[in-house]
Amino acid sequence: MLEIKNLHVSIEEKKIIKGLDLSINKGEVHALMGPNGSGKSTLSYVLSGKDKYEINDGTIDYNGKNLLELDVDERANEGLFLAFQYPMEIPGVQTSFFLKTAINSKRKYLGQSEMDALEFAKLMKSKAEELNISTEMLKRDLNVNYSGGEKKKQEILQMSMLSPKMAILDETDSGLDIDALRIVSEGVNKLRNSENSFLVITHYQRLLNYIKPDFVHIIADGKIVKSGDYSLALELEEKGYEEISQTA
Amino acid sequence: MAATEQTIKQVNTLGSSDYKYGFSTDVDEIRPPKGLNEEIIKFISAQKDEPEWMLEWRLNAFKVFNKLPKPQWAKLNIPEIDYQDCYYYSIPKSLKDKPKSLDEIDPEILKTYEKLGIPLKEQKMLSGIAVDAVFDSVSVATTYKKQLSDLGIVFCSISEAVKTHPELVKKYLGSVIPVSDHSFAALNSAVFTDGSFIYIPEGVRCPVELSTYFRINAMNTGQFERTLIIADKDSYVSYLEGCTAPMRDENQLHAANVELVALDNAEIKYSTVQNWYPGDKEGKGGIYNFVTKRGACRGKNSKISWTQVETGSAITWKYPSCILQGDHSKGEFYSVAITNNMQQADTGTKMIHIGKNTSSKIISKGISAGKANNTYRGLVNILSKAKNARNFTQCDSLLIGNQCGAHTVPYIESSNSDSMVEHEATTSKINEDQLFYCQQRGLNSEDAVGLIVNGFCKEVLQHLPMEFAVEAQKLVAISLEGSVG
Ligand SMILES: Nc1ncnc2c1ncn2[C@@H]1O[C@H](COP(=O)(O)OP(=O)(O)OP(=O)(O)O)[C@@H](O)[C@H]1O
Ligand SMILES: [Mg+2]
Repeated sequence: MLEIKNLHVSIEEKKIIKGLDLSINKGEVHALMGPNGSGKSTLSYVLSGKDKYEINDGTIDYNGKNLLELDVDERANEGLFLAFQYPMEIPGVQTSFFLKTAINSKRKYLGQSEMDALEFAKLMKSKAEELNISTEMLKRDLNVNYSGGEKKKQEILQMSMLSPKMAILDETDSGLDIDALRIVSEGVNKLRNSENSFLVITHYQRLLNYIKPDFVHIIADGKIVKSGDYSLALELEEKGYEEISQTA
Repeated sequence: MAATEQTIKQVNTLGSSDYKYGFSTDVDEIRPPKGLNEEIIKFISAQKDEPEWMLEWRLNAFKVFNKLPKPQWAKLNIPEIDYQDCYYYSIPKSLKDKPKSLDEIDPEILKTYEKLGIPLKEQKMLSGIAVDAVFDSVSVATTYKKQLSDLGIVFCSISEAVKTHPELVKKYLGSVIPVSDHSFAALNSAVFTDGSFIYIPEGVRCPVELSTYFRINAMNTGQFERTLIIADKDSYVSYLEGCTAPMRDENQLHAANVELVALDNAEIKYSTVQNWYPGDKEGKGGIYNFVTKRGACRGKNSKISWTQVETGSAITWKYPSCILQGDHSKGEFYSVAITNNMQQADTGTKMIHIGKNTSSKIISKGISAGKANNTYRGLVNILSKAKNARNFTQCDSLLIGNQCGAHTVPYIESSNSDSMVEHEATTSKINEDQLFYCQQRGLNSEDAVGLIVNGFCKEVLQHLPMEFAVEAQKLVAISLEGSVG
């Protein structure tokens, strides 16, 4: 699915990612943990194609394609999804209209016709219900005056409607209350299958109780310093980054 | 016709998909020589079989025009206009003898409107909308006339109204925009050709949208629209105008005078979707859109609401205004003005508060892209008798790219201490993070800009009649094509 080799990234001359390797296969869930400022969000932006980042070295292969050559929207329409750490507000644009536009952009890219209005309404309703999002919410402007947790849920709604191949969740758990955390995790688990993959960025082992990862990676100063299975997350909880990084 | 062939060639070489109304229609025209003089005014009047009083009115306006100084172009860069190098009248030959039915009209002209999405034939007419179709200097046809006249509503071309309703025309023409107002008002009064006339009788709520579709076709020809709308006591009307023109290398003039009169408790809702040819990317060609629009809320409790979506024209100069004479009368102005490439727009409104408890609301959204310049210029004037007057003004500007400009010039004059005036203004650049977010959801960069800008304009667009809101949203997106790299 995704193969990152020797990635070096800088922004405004400042080196942020310094030789990162990561390989994610179909059907796998990878967790990425690491201290503040270690480069997790930067990695998610580079994968989704945000400009201003300079790729100094390395390659990224995405399903046999050179990911770095694709535009942001091409990557998205090829099934790459980023649930933002800080989702954007778009004033004047109804949430439901935004969802419809996103779905139809993808369908257009894939050479399919627009989704029928009724079919769309049904899909949105059922997905929103699963995530406990009210229809009132969907009539409001996208993310405008949403609470922090509501924004995160909205990201997961978009994800489940677009059913991506490769989803990156950047600290989706931060800001969610206990019930929402469970609901969102269930949403993710429901989407999980042998054909898609997840990269879950988090600071908390708690999320990984709900979304069981196949692999856990620890990133520090722009490099993956340790990889392991689920038990690495437990070990990290106990010892903290400092000690784990030293034993790497 | 050689000229038309040339145009078609030009359009082809431009190869621009951006402006989809850029075609021209090959018709035989009646067109007197270029130049502005008494002869041409007499010619226009004679062509229209006008009564003597109308010709005198025109000739007097021409005298006034010759005495008036040219308007001062504040923020606009306008080349000298040579009035003698312009045609003032052009009509398709087939329309000379006032066709009695659509069968007598040149099929090419009917086809033109069909292509523009305005079918005029009975079977295909748009439902819920009555249309007056103006082609260069003449009205081609007006739909739903019979149904409307059963309600006592008059909806026809101004040329026809001069003959059929002279008492109303004499009473109201020039009563809102005096001939001597400024030189364009005087010029229009001297040489106006066609436009619409609407009279809504007392107590009648017009059941359909009334609309005029202005099409400029002939080369080197100015279009001098004249529209007059009168809403009698307790009546209501919603009116919409649309405008397009072929793509040409030369600049063409559309100078309109539009007057609205609302009597006691009457309401007029006037919407414009202006999509004149804007010129090419280098600023060659395009329409000069110099328009004077003014509404008088004469009666108590009357209301006039202007909504405009201005996306076309090389230069737009217009300030739809309200004179709030009647006590408790209301004026509103909702505007979206988009300028891209080399376009210039200087637009806004004037709200003149005269009566007691009058209120006005101004919402203006200016969007600039490319090397374009966009100015909001507004005046809120509260006179001493306008006790308790209220105004709220909000002007937001959005910039796309680094080479465009946005300017806000609000004038407020208040001679009344109980009045309240609020003004808010913002200027921002289109947010890169919002664009990235939309693109991450699969929208291409142009769709992302279209979506964000439509969101920015929502407060204005929602005031358009439903039937046109969707079209307007598309137009907003299309006019910004190529604005992000
Ligand atoms: N535009 C920028 N200019 C300069 N430095 C930047 C810029 N963007 C990010 N950085 C820096 O890059 C480093 C990595 O940031 P990043 O957001 O990837 O961290 P993170 O691992 O996601 O942290 P957190 O856990 O706090 O979300 C930080 O030191 C940050 O300050
Ligand atoms: Mg982060």
